[in-house]
Amino acid sequence: MSDSSCPLDYSAIVESYFLEHRAKLIDLAAFLDRLDRAHDSSASNTDFRINSLRQAIAVLNDGEGERARRVLELFSDMSIDIPQSAEGMKGALGAVQEPSE
Amino acid sequence: MKYIEPHGHMVSRTTADYQSMALAGCVAISEPAFWAGYDRSAVQGFHDYFSQLTQYEPARAAKFGIEHYCWLCINPKEGDDPGFAREVISIIPEFISHTNVLGIGEIGLNKNTKNELAIFEEQVALAVKYDQLILVHTPHLEDKLKGTRLIMDAIEANGNVSPGRVLIDHVEEHTVKEVIDRGYWAGMTLYPDTKCTAQRAADIIEMYGTQQIWMNSACDWGISDPLAVPKARMELKHRGHSEDIIHKLTFDNPFTFLSQSSNFTLAE
Repeated sequence: MSDSSCPLDYSAIVESYFLEHRAKLIDLAAFLDRLDRAHDSSASNTDFRINSLRQAIAVLNDGEGERARRVLELFSDMSIDIPQSAEGMKGALGAVQEPSE
Repeated sequence: MKYIEPHGHMVSRTTADYQSMALAGCVAISEPAFWAGYDRSAVQGFHDYFSQLTQYEPARAAKFGIEHYCWLCINPKEGDDPGFAREVISIIPEFISHTNVLGIGEIGLNKNTKNELAIFEEQVALAVKYDQLILVHTPHLEDKLKGTRLIMDAIEANGNVSPGRVLIDHVEEHTVKEVIDRGYWAGMTLYPDTKCTAQRAADIIEMYGTQQIWMNSACDWGISDPLAVPKARMELKHRGHSEDIIHKLTFDNPFTFLSQSSNFTLAE
């Protein structure tokens, strides 16, 4: 366990998981296409969650490791302020809305 | 192979789920107190809930040969109302000596507010006063990383809590290392969309090891799976992990942590 490796070899991992993740990737592609096809779609119509998603997609193919951790951090609130109460707050949305968004 | 479900909200599940879990090898369930999906209007609602956790659920589980244990608290979401939360905290001692109570939980944070943090600290102090284990809920999604750090800082500020007597639940790839490095137990929750899949839980085990970590389903009233733990065992087996490692993660580790409570009497 100390070497952080998966007991499966490379080809076994591909055989086990490729189709599942191919499907997830196509789902993601279709989701982005769906946004483009929204009846009110325009270049100015953006959402902070989709902006974060596009940044996360870039992480997947940047050639660096620990992608899951880095994607989770990208979606995380890194602020240090602590509000008094949750009154009026929405539940967790999955990404952080910057003041300019 | 027998296993322990260390985090299941069985008050929200059917009796058929108990039957399925028993058939899959579950021999014990620990059930933290949590948010019911709505804010309760009176302390009496919690009195009834704690009675359900300490009396009714153990009897329901026993019909299937499953030992049922529980944790008591006001959850982080309703904890944002400090006045109400303190009323609930005041009735916990009435139930804490019940034979199936393992500790205070799942306490923690939801939106990382000062109100939530104050109630969290008061419940940590309650656990210290009654020498109870602590089970911690960490916030969802974008709030998890910040909340997990606030929680650990608050526990350490108390000064009277050994991290080895605290399980910090719902860890993911961005929080697990810090939780374990600071001496706490870590829980991986196998829950659709918002937490870990079985595959990611297996990845985390491979990356961070098998010490001070367990897996749970946190099955509740949401879309969730009371058989998530045995399914994760299948994932580990598929990858070629040994029966010893699978048993350690799904029985020995929760057994070791929970056995720190004298009320946990499951045979090894």
